[in-house]
Amino acid sequence: MRRPWLSLAAATAALLITAAPALGCGGLIGPNGAVNLLRTTTFAGYHDGVEHYVTAFEFAGGGGAFGSITPLPDIPSKVERGGDWTLQRLVLETEANRRLSLDTFAAAETAAGEAEVLLETTIDALDITILRGGGDEVGLWAKNHGFRLPPDSPEVLDFYAERSPIFMAAAFDADAAAARGQAIGDGTPIHLTIPTDNPWVPLRILALGKTAAETVQADVYLLTDEKPALLPNAGAFGESAGLILDHSDAASDSLLTDLRSDAGMEWVPNDAWLTKVVIDSAADQLNFDLAIDASGAGRPSPIDAGFAPFRPTPVPRSPIALYLGMGAMLIVAVPIGVERATRVGSRRPPFAGA
Amino acid sequence: MRWLPRLAVAALLLAATVTAGCAARGPVTVTITIHYSAFDLTEVSVPRGVPVTFVLVNEDPIDHEWLIGDEAFHEKHRTGTHEAHGEVPNEVSIPALETMRTTITFDEPGTLQYICHLPGHEAYGMVGTLTVEG
Repeated sequence: MRRPWLSLAAATAALLITAAPALGCGGLIGPNGAVNLLRTTTFAGYHDGVEHYVTAFEFAGGGGAFGSITPLPDIPSKVERGGDWTLQRLVLETEANRRLSLDTFAAAETAAGEAEVLLETTIDALDITILRGGGDEVGLWAKNHGFRLPPDSPEVLDFYAERSPIFMAAAFDADAAAARGQAIGDGTPIHLTIPTDNPWVPLRILALGKTAAETVQADVYLLTDEKPALLPNAGAFGESAGLILDHSDAASDSLLTDLRSDAGMEWVPNDAWLTKVVIDSAADQLNFDLAIDASGAGRPSPIDAGFAPFRPTPVPRSPIALYLGMGAMLIVAVPIGVERATRVGSRRPPFAGA
Repeated sequence: MRWLPRLAVAALLLAATVTAGCAARGPVTVTITIHYSAFDLTEVSVPRGVPVTFVLVNEDPIDHEWLIGDEAFHEKHRTGTHEAHGEVPNEVSIPALETMRTTITFDEPGTLQYICHLPGHEAYGMVGTLTVEG
């Protein structure tokens, strides 16, 4: 089933995983509380109806395990180790102006009420599982596999499952990473190949488990055949609080050549448009996704952005519209106020105030 | 003997009053549903001295708790280390997508709170108030 949305690039939210059952009583984060995902960098390329999603899970120290759950627009046809320099080369490209395998898939047993396991694979110290199911089924699978889901997860999982029942669970075993000799800061890139009709990038999932006072910071790189239309319109005044259009230009030949030379990146076309969106948002404000129309038609879907019709969340409106509305109200209100003052004055008894 | 009918009426009225009182103070059931990590009832009043059965429905795919007590009780549980509850009626663990029942008789009037003390859940708003009416 192909969905008219795209990939989920930066959508990796760190979740705690415990080998033992989740502990009751407050305050227990488990032995792995020191493990965190910091700034997330992801790449979503879209070419010939196929999305290529590349992200990296970075070893940040600590013991135990942690993981993430990422909504996907459709079932990946391939999950493999990502190339060694794709993400780094993209960062270099957009910063320069300022400064300078899938081995096997095996179906697993699925318990009653749990999401269906579509694919399983291990990449370095990462156990990757592709799931299909509703919010409850995915949540139950995660709980039964040691993911300690935060309290906002039931609503967030439903938010995504209503659009696409495909999720990727990634469990990162920090002990195994340390045993493999991975140092703090080392990343494990993964590359998902997802046939889909149009790309979208889940953003709301990035706020999963965060308090309202926390901020979400992430960099999302898009490589599309045409200059994409975005919703919310990153960079448009007042329409994209928390989203910054950091780069939007035709991709350079050197970038495309470098990307194409990385493992699994031979699909990169000869001509493409590079977009970088920086997310720097309060967690409680990030209640939408990034809809992308890469067809050139300029019509990103409000549904893909999470605005309509299944969520009551209103589309952010430009303050220009607000100012126009206020101006219109003033135009009406001022004459009314003047008229009322005149009427009050005319009704005042002759001796009032005397 | 003219007072006999009046006596009979008075006796009937007294019996009716006692029966009504018993009915009012009979078993009480309170159903609290948890959805999207929120209690659907955050204000509950129950009578003193009557067994109250709480039906705790967890519609979420994650575990929750329902722990009821005073502030000292909750302060202890905020830093507690219990993996699960269930030994005592005012401490209930509710597994994902399951329903649990517990019956408590409150002997003293006052105000208590019920809270889920799983990490982050109280801060997320999983707090309710129970008033025991004298």
